[in-house]
Amino acid sequence: MSSHESSSLTWHHACHVTDVPDDGGSCVLLEGKQIAIFHFKRINSWYATDNECPHKQQMALSRGMIGTQGDEPKVACPFHKKSFSLESGQCLSGDDFCIATYPVRIENDQVFIGL
Amino acid sequence: MDGEHRIIMKRHIIVIGNGMVGHKFCEKLTSKDQNQQYRLTVFGEEQRIAYDRVHLSEYFQPGKSADSLALADHAWYAERQIDLILGERVTGINREEKSISTASGRVLSYDLLVLATGSAPFVPPIPGREKNGVFVYRTIEDLDAMKAHAKNAKRGAVIGGGLLGLEAAKAMLDLGVADTRVIEFAPRLMPRQIDAKGSTILEAKLKELGLTIQTATNTTEIVGDDTIQAMRFADGTEAPIDMLVISAGIKPRDELARSCGLDVGERGGIVVDENLTTSDPNIYAIGECALRGNMIYGLVAPGYEMAEVVASQLTGTSKSFVSFDMSTKLKLIGVDVASFGDPFAEGDEVRSICYENHTTGVYKRINVSSDGTRLLGGILIGDAESYNMLLQQVVNRLPLPANPEDLILGSRGGAEAAGAGIMALPDEALICSCEAVTKATICDAIRSGTETVDGLKKCCKAGTGCGGCIPMVKDLIAGVMKAEGRYVKKNICEHFDYSRQELLDLVKLGKLRDFDEIIDKHGRGHGCEVCKPIVSSILASAYAETANKKPVAQDSNDRFLANIQKGGTYSVVPRIPGGEITPDKLLVIGSVAKKYNLYTKITGGQRIDMFGAHLSDLPAIWEELLAAGFESGHAYAKALRTVKSCVGSTWCRFGLHDSVSFAIEVENRYRGLRAPHKLKSAVSGCIRECAEAQSKDFGIIATEKGWNLYVCGNGGSKPRHATLLAQDIDKETCIRYIDRFLMFYIKTADPLTRTAPWLESMEGGIEYLRQVVCHDSLGMAAAWEAEMESLVGNYRCEWQEAVENPEIRKRFTHFVNAPEVKDPTVSFVPMRDQVKAADWQTKAVLPIAESSTL
Repeated sequence: MSSHESSSLTWHHACHVTDVPDDGGSCVLLEGKQIAIFHFKRINSWYATDNECPHKQQMALSRGMIGTQGDEPKVACPFHKKSFSLESGQCLSGDDFCIATYPVRIENDQVFIGL
Repeated sequence: MDGEHRIIMKRHIIVIGNGMVGHKFCEKLTSKDQNQQYRLTVFGEEQRIAYDRVHLSEYFQPGKSADSLALADHAWYAERQIDLILGERVTGINREEKSISTASGRVLSYDLLVLATGSAPFVPPIPGREKNGVFVYRTIEDLDAMKAHAKNAKRGAVIGGGLLGLEAAKAMLDLGVADTRVIEFAPRLMPRQIDAKGSTILEAKLKELGLTIQTATNTTEIVGDDTIQAMRFADGTEAPIDMLVISAGIKPRDELARSCGLDVGERGGIVVDENLTTSDPNIYAIGECALRGNMIYGLVAPGYEMAEVVASQLTGTSKSFVSFDMSTKLKLIGVDVASFGDPFAEGDEVRSICYENHTTGVYKRINVSSDGTRLLGGILIGDAESYNMLLQQVVNRLPLPANPEDLILGSRGGAEAAGAGIMALPDEALICSCEAVTKATICDAIRSGTETVDGLKKCCKAGTGCGGCIPMVKDLIAGVMKAEGRYVKKNICEHFDYSRQELLDLVKLGKLRDFDEIIDKHGRGHGCEVCKPIVSSILASAYAETANKKPVAQDSNDRFLANIQKGGTYSVVPRIPGGEITPDKLLVIGSVAKKYNLYTKITGGQRIDMFGAHLSDLPAIWEELLAAGFESGHAYAKALRTVKSCVGSTWCRFGLHDSVSFAIEVENRYRGLRAPHKLKSAVSGCIRECAEAQSKDFGIIATEKGWNLYVCGNGGSKPRHATLLAQDIDKETCIRYIDRFLMFYIKTADPLTRTAPWLESMEGGIEYLRQVVCHDSLGMAAAWEAEMESLVGNYRCEWQEAVENPEIRKRFTHFVNAPEVKDPTVSFVPMRDQVKAADWQTKAVLPIAESSTL
């Protein structure tokens, strides 16, 4: 889960757990924002990040492949394979980019995102 | 920033001449001048900015223009704060005052002067040379004048059978003057570079192209009223000619130097010392106007070296120009011609070995010292592949092999990998002559961990110039790693300690069918964007699985069965086997594209690409296409793309066999076949080769007796012609060989390796491949054919699967919580009555993911 803690956090219902493929991602529209949700089933974790890749401003991270670099869970943008940590949002392929990450909560098979 | 102050302190260099060498000097100086101690002013007599004169004849080729020959633009000069003054001739140099004056009366003072005035064509004093229709071949203006005159010309001639003359002859052919003759005073062509036997072979090659060659011919008069009508020769004969280009050599442009009293040579040229300083220490001369050691260097490489020498000296590195190896390799009107070292060496101390093949038009000569220890020089015509190694052999005085003829004939005790001798080069051997990088520099970099060509380009600049040395750089990487005992292990990524080939074997042995199963058993961690698609490709190759099996482990394009494009939309390419399509199907493509507002374009692989589809529209688009009888074109996959064809014997008057039917048969057989990289093919109905089969991974060309099969060609950044694998075979044999070839490739190639580099790195090369494929030397043929048969039998269209299955269809939504909403950030801009994706919003320049869709 993400480490974001904020008193002003509002939880938004995003989708049903089956809307997100195992070990893959989907995109949801929340409060006008595009959020990518990943279900990393192999490590039994859920993650949420910006859907936009900061490299070329493409709305595509949810369509990227997830995996690990060492122990760090990550997603690779399908456009130019820039990788981002799903935990911290830091770019792992040597650029100065960063994406926002959001906390995820699962209740009764429903996925909630904290914004 | 104290800009004003610094400008005052700068020394002023005036460069006279904005040709290739003058431009190179600006490039070298500005990149070396880190302390910004110089200010540059450049004068060019032509109106144009420096352009590539070496490739001048390309100007007449379709799609080429003056712009495509340009070496730089005004912005380039502006960025470097170089004052570039074009169309203004410098008419005087006042060495006392250290100033120059121009035709328009401008006077400018200099601290240092660089003369890069180049040369002018030498026109022998033949009576009538001033007539209309007589040209020289040097500037774009000359070419424009030729172009205008050629419209009404039928019979052309070129005086001069040297390098430039033959280029000019090529230009005449390109201009449509089909009846063109080359007239050379010497008894052979290219007298400075090649010998009589080489000339004979070259002449035969040029005659094939339609040129008439007249050697040992002296022109005495150019006949005609105002315009040339004929030429008269010393033997009394005459030939009707409408257009003549004189390319009989060059004369250095030394008139400025002469007029200000600098030393010039007896036969022209500004005398310079090894520092390229003229008789005035404040004036340098570089390029074709400079006379060094009584020699004019009329090639671009030594000119560039002179620019480098002067720029180095001015920025504090001592460097001098002693002599320059005049070895050359070029493609002349499509024929390889190379000469190196001393091409003509003769006498008691020399033995020459020649190879001559008039059928294939190949001539090779090497000159060896009589004691058999050293290579002195040689000539290559028709096949100059060994040029690099031979030149190294000469320059570095390497010991010769026991049978020196092996150098040109190849070792006949069995095929030997080219480049085997690279590690024998001494440390100081110059590998990259453009950037002057030695073997030692490259090997040191490899030893300290830079093990890729790209890495080496960055750290020592090797291979960044003409790129001709890159094969040698690659051989050095392999050689050093091997010498260090480092096994070049091609592990897929951090999650698997196996190569693709090893993992494929493990998957098949263990009958494994799922990524999770495979990584748990043979890998570690949880996979990544590198290993997941490789495993998916392996599963597809092993079991004919489609990309719908485990979409999250597929490359993004495979996951959505379409190519992602700029802006996040997708392109749609239905299969059009052999490029044959009915009018009805064309109408369907038209109406689908119209309905979904798609940009349409014909691809290079004879099919039609529709761009700009929203992710959520893909299933509906495909439903319509499938209903009309289309199927997936796999343009998004590392799989068979297209099999192009020419129209063949069905319509074409030259066609020998029905190439379209064969192409369709081949495309339908291998459609959907996943491989380490994309696969392209083509079938041509005759040797005219309209389908370009010889640029494909496997290509088939009809012959009188059957079909020729070529393999391992590809376009891309490093094009390579396919190699003939089997000759005059029937269709069934052809298919069997392709089955075996493809299975061998799929099983053994590294990920993302096309067939051309796969073959290049294969020990034993094409001979070995032929043994394996045609003579079944591994005893695998039957098994491979059976495997291919099962893959062919198990083919399913993955788009058919996708649209029929509601679960799969769900994948194609942008917002899972609002499936009806399309991505609002997608935007198009109009272009030529269609739309295109809006440009990237950032300015960063980075390589774009492969999205080609042949």
